[in-house]
Amino acid sequence: MDMAVSDHSISGNHEDGFSAVPADTRPLAIEARGLVKSFDGTRAVDGVDISIPEGAIYGILGPNGAGKTTTLRMLLGIIDPDEGVRRVFGHDRPHDIGRLIGYLPEERGLYPSMKCIEAIAFMGALRGLPLKVGRERAVELLERHGLGHAAGRQIRQLSKGMAQTVQLLGTLVHRPKLVVLDEPFSGLDAINQGKLEGMIRALADDGVTVIFSTHVIHHAERLCEGVAIIAGGKVPYAGSVEAARDRIPAQVRLETRAREGAWLAALPAETRRNGDFLQFPLPESGVEPLLRQLIEGEAGILSLSIERAGLHDAFVAIAGEAAARQLEADAEEARA
Amino acid sequence: MNAADTIRPRLSTLEAAWVIARRDFLAVLLSRAFLFFLLGPLFPVIVGGLAGMIGGEVQRDAVSVEVGLAMNAQDNAAMLAAAGRLAPQLGGALPALRAVPEAATEPAFDARAFLEARRGNYAAIVTGTPAQPELIGTEGQLARWQGPVGLIAEQALKTEPSVFPQVVSEVVTTSAAAERSSRIQTAQIAQMVLFLLTMLLAGMVLSNLVEEKANKIIEILAAAIPMDAVFMGKLFAMLGVSFVGIAVWGLAGFGLWSIGSTAITGSTGFDIASLPAPAVGWPLFLVLGVVYFAMAYLLLGALFLTIGAMANTVREVQTLSMPVTMMQLMVFFLAAYTIKQPGSGLELAAVVFPLSSPFAMLARAAMEESLWVHAAALAWQALAVLVLIKGGSRLFRKRVMKSGNAGRAPRARRWGIRMTAREPAE
Repeated sequence: MDMAVSDHSISGNHEDGFSAVPADTRPLAIEARGLVKSFDGTRAVDGVDISIPEGAIYGILGPNGAGKTTTLRMLLGIIDPDEGVRRVFGHDRPHDIGRLIGYLPEERGLYPSMKCIEAIAFMGALRGLPLKVGRERAVELLERHGLGHAAGRQIRQLSKGMAQTVQLLGTLVHRPKLVVLDEPFSGLDAINQGKLEGMIRALADDGVTVIFSTHVIHHAERLCEGVAIIAGGKVPYAGSVEAARDRIPAQVRLETRAREGAWLAALPAETRRNGDFLQFPLPESGVEPLLRQLIEGEAGILSLSIERAGLHDAFVAIAGEAAARQLEADAEEARA
Repeated sequence: MNAADTIRPRLSTLEAAWVIARRDFLAVLLSRAFLFFLLGPLFPVIVGGLAGMIGGEVQRDAVSVEVGLAMNAQDNAAMLAAAGRLAPQLGGALPALRAVPEAATEPAFDARAFLEARRGNYAAIVTGTPAQPELIGTEGQLARWQGPVGLIAEQALKTEPSVFPQVVSEVVTTSAAAERSSRIQTAQIAQMVLFLLTMLLAGMVLSNLVEEKANKIIEILAAAIPMDAVFMGKLFAMLGVSFVGIAVWGLAGFGLWSIGSTAITGSTGFDIASLPAPAVGWPLFLVLGVVYFAMAYLLLGALFLTIGAMANTVREVQTLSMPVTMMQLMVFFLAAYTIKQPGSGLELAAVVFPLSSPFAMLARAAMEESLWVHAAALAWQALAVLVLIKGGSRLFRKRVMKSGNAGRAPRARRWGIRMTAREPAE
């Protein structure tokens, strides 16, 4: 099945035809068009379009129940979409290239009676790695991640964090080209979250495409080159993090000695007073003409800063206040 | 060695099934539960044996085939002597006669009142004289003993002992009637063994996917390999475990038979060596038995795996096992009922219906020599296995792999939440 997709950028093609970053020429690791999935008459995913170039770190960002896991499952071929098409490294059937993919599901699980080394080798074997090679690599990986002493232990004898690490190593043992992580930071403490971020960056440095779902904006903002914002089964934005932030004009924060004067007329209509400060979006003409008018109007500038919008602001603007509030609540619960 | 060269671009369905089968097979075999599984059949055998012994004892005590004699002493003696003369000719067809002591000691002895008062332990009582015998007993006993008692009385009246002519006998190896009748016995026993083995072993598959679901491994499997391969791997692993079990039980049984065949034959009255040879011959029959067991196991197993896959807990599996067991019984009864009706529409239905087909076809192997039907039936059964596996895995993907963790408390959801059909999508 062919799909006519020529723009391989991390870009959205949504309601406003937004395309913020120049098209890059990297081949696509994942390409999905119009994915739809319903369960019991309810649309869990409703027309998702995503294009992810090889080598990118890409986040699927949205609150619980938004359709993240269903989208990932469709991309991986665990379930089939009711409508739409997906391609992973150009293949319609992801199982055909199972060897290239590593997947860490949200609901972590391993056979409790298996030894760590066997569990990792078994996960590799599922992806076509011979058991012998899998065992050798398992030892190597466990040692590299400080778990060499646990190689011969049964999974049931490990702490939750250790078991999670073992499963992640099992996801990587066959050296996949695409790693998909569903809520990988869930249940990890701050130290392990930091380690995981490091692992993700290291994978990307090796040319591995990493996709992860999260409801914590900071992880996406820190790590991702591109994000898909998903809410209510729809993707109102898919594109680069930079472009998402650029959708919200930078905010100007101004403090003046004078409270009144003709210079006030130079400020945009959206200006709000916040204590001693005036806040307004950066005018399209830039800050220089405004500065000139403020000086000429004797506003007495005490301070002026231009603050670029964060991904959170972009999320609010794109997905709406309600989705943002739920996202924050989910993140808060996860932290608790 | 370059590791990248050692890895295959993708596993074929059979290779993927092998990965699953290998893990499951070893996991079951190396578990402590397997020992209990091996010992499992011992308990019903012991309980059955004990129950049989006790039942037999009770039966011997409770049931009497003695017919009482309440004539005068001379007639009693004549009747007993006559029964003794007829015994070599008629054997078990004659009742065991015994003089009723109370008839001699009680002047007003009334046989009817004696029986109705539930005195003694006689099936019936003969009064009167050999010339005019009167048999008193329940309706069933009268119908059974009227003829033999008349024969004995007639013999008792003779002054000269009868001379019976010598019957010259000639043995033939078989006859159509004898062969058919004896092969039916082989077919019945073979079906029963096949049924017991599938009943005992296929049930294991029911709870097979529960572990993966409980441990959240199922999604890793489903993401890596096709669900068909997961189903197939699990089925073949459990089939392998079953063969190990059968081999162990078979060896134990063989050992037991070698040591105490005489005692077993004596106590049970069953001699395996006397079992009539099946139509296709013993070697081929045994091979077909193994193959049909595999098919019966795979067919039922695929069905059970699908049903079990819908369950989320062991408790749900237990709830499901009752209707499943009933279904197994129905299938067996259908096949067993049609043994004596070869070629009938019902027998054909039993042959064609995939779940009863192995049972019906094994019976056919015992009774008919043609082999092509087995090739056709095996192909049909294999197709049914594939269809069931395919359908089961599709249903599983559709019904079970539905949702993430939407709507659940995050603290609880990380390691212990099941995936159900009713949860909303993540």
